[in-house]
Amino acid sequence: MNVNTKHDFKPFNVDLWKHDGQAGALIPLLQSAQDTYGYISEAAIDHISHITGVPAAEIYGVVTFYAQFRTKPLGKYVIKVCNGTACHVNNAKPIADAVTDELGITYDETTDDGDFSMLSVACVGCCSLAPVVVINDETYGRLTPAKTRKVLREYKREAKKTQQEKDA
Amino acid sequence: MFYSPVITNGSEAAASDKLHLFKYVEDSEQYKLMTFESHGGYKAWKKVLTEMQPQQVIDEVKNSGLRGRGGAGFPTGMKWGFVPKDSSKPRYLCCNADESEPGTCKDRVLMERDPHGVIEGMAIGAYAIGCHTMFIYIRGEFNHCIDRMEQAVEEAYAKGHLGKNIHGSGYDLDMIVHTGGGAYICGEETALLNSLEGERGMSRIRPPFPAIEGLYACPTIVNNVESLAAVPHIINRGAEWYRTLGTEKSAGTKLFSLSGHVKRPGNYEVELGFSLKKLLYDPAYGGGILGDKKLKGVIPGGASTPFLTPEMIDVNLDYESLTAVGSMLGSGAVIVFDEDTCIVWVIQKLIQFFKHESCGKCTPCREGTGWLKQIIDRIEAGGGQPGDIEKIEEICGNILGRTICPLGDAAVMPIQSSIRLWREEWQYHIEHGKCMVKTEFPFK
Repeated sequence: MNVNTKHDFKPFNVDLWKHDGQAGALIPLLQSAQDTYGYISEAAIDHISHITGVPAAEIYGVVTFYAQFRTKPLGKYVIKVCNGTACHVNNAKPIADAVTDELGITYDETTDDGDFSMLSVACVGCCSLAPVVVINDETYGRLTPAKTRKVLREYKREAKKTQQEKDA
Repeated sequence: MFYSPVITNGSEAAASDKLHLFKYVEDSEQYKLMTFESHGGYKAWKKVLTEMQPQQVIDEVKNSGLRGRGGAGFPTGMKWGFVPKDSSKPRYLCCNADESEPGTCKDRVLMERDPHGVIEGMAIGAYAIGCHTMFIYIRGEFNHCIDRMEQAVEEAYAKGHLGKNIHGSGYDLDMIVHTGGGAYICGEETALLNSLEGERGMSRIRPPFPAIEGLYACPTIVNNVESLAAVPHIINRGAEWYRTLGTEKSAGTKLFSLSGHVKRPGNYEVELGFSLKKLLYDPAYGGGILGDKKLKGVIPGGASTPFLTPEMIDVNLDYESLTAVGSMLGSGAVIVFDEDTCIVWVIQKLIQFFKHESCGKCTPCREGTGWLKQIIDRIEAGGGQPGDIEKIEEICGNILGRTICPLGDAAVMPIQSSIRLWREEWQYHIEHGKCMVKTEFPFK
């Protein structure tokens, strides 16, 4: 898995914590942790608690409140299937089924090789492109099951290529 | 390059003397400061700094009749006027860009394609209330908007539109781009402020209202992206001009996000008071229902507003007219359902969403949405029991108006209206264990 587990915490921007003398930037600090490690580990929570003086339990409360934060590592490609109202009525379920069929994972699961994770999200704000799937930062709209498979196969090829380059 | 290929009526707006928010939305360079300035950008900001007193700005916006575009429709100028003039505390302006109401995708387009327009509107608002640090709270999922906005802020600083002693006026203004963590509730202003302070996004009891005690207990104004984006145009062309747009009580233009079963889903800027029927069927807008099917219903203002039936769509899109037919203008997200859509199936998705997004602070909403989800899941799965509808109605009645923030109301209003309008369909689902209509998907 492509996750740094050493936890040296150097990339953390501690300055984020100070803003106009107001302690308020817990969320940017957590985002920075997640950007660095791919998820928020217990060690990261402890470290942030140490910097900020906010109790670890409270930070855990914040982490689990927001949809963005993950306490488990995810795959290299994160597939977010939109299940907002507009996508729902425009065929989101067959799209999700196509992902499951193609990759063998369902919501909140990661493939064994650590390449793909599948998540359900409620509305990504591209309702006029429904149905929508977001893979990492790329948005794919007006999908059909066939188009979804095509996109996924491209990602699979890419993943395979990176793996081969790594092996070589 | 556009990040998202959303259909807009930008070409119509470009040729129009009235439409202004989307005037340059189809110009792929508009996000750059140079292009923005060549289109008259930051002119209003300079005018405000050199020629106007804060009170004059507030009065101008008040006279324009601009109302909040985030959903509640509260007059923007009046809100600004609530900030105490004699307070020694710092004041804050926060632009609410946590657009997460299902169906709403208008602010995203503004931020991606015209970020400086938003900054200019925010700066003018900040000046009006005497604020020197302003925030924009952008939804975490909107990566492209965040990139664009950060880039635009950097450009604005470099050109002296933000920073210290702006354009020699002696006025200082800083801007911070804050990325949200992903929670629907943070679109509610007090929850947004809690989130900005680094806490869980739970709403606060009002009063005190944020204008008196908001961020860090200082006077704070929270405005929607679209409301602020309209402000520079009001300053440039005057309140009188703005009043000529729209209707008497709903002045100006509004962005509508059209989605669901229509041929041309997209974002359209129209004057308030525009006909909903025209928005759905006119070839320049929605272009009719997908597959030329019949219309079953419309949600006119985002997932939390009551449904309209085909008999009710002869309505004008403004705050008063929609209230008169029992719905709301909300955020302007028009979601369309064709005749083959099972209403229970739609509501099931909605209640799943609201249950997940309930912040958990107020018991009626936290528990009630969970109960509703259990019952509706069961009905959809074919296990409906006699008395279920009455039970749903009772729970809804116990949530409505009994929570701190409007999320509780938002969760139950579409359910109540769906039962009111399509009761026999719910009944059929419970009795026969299946949908009354055959749900057919538009794309195969």
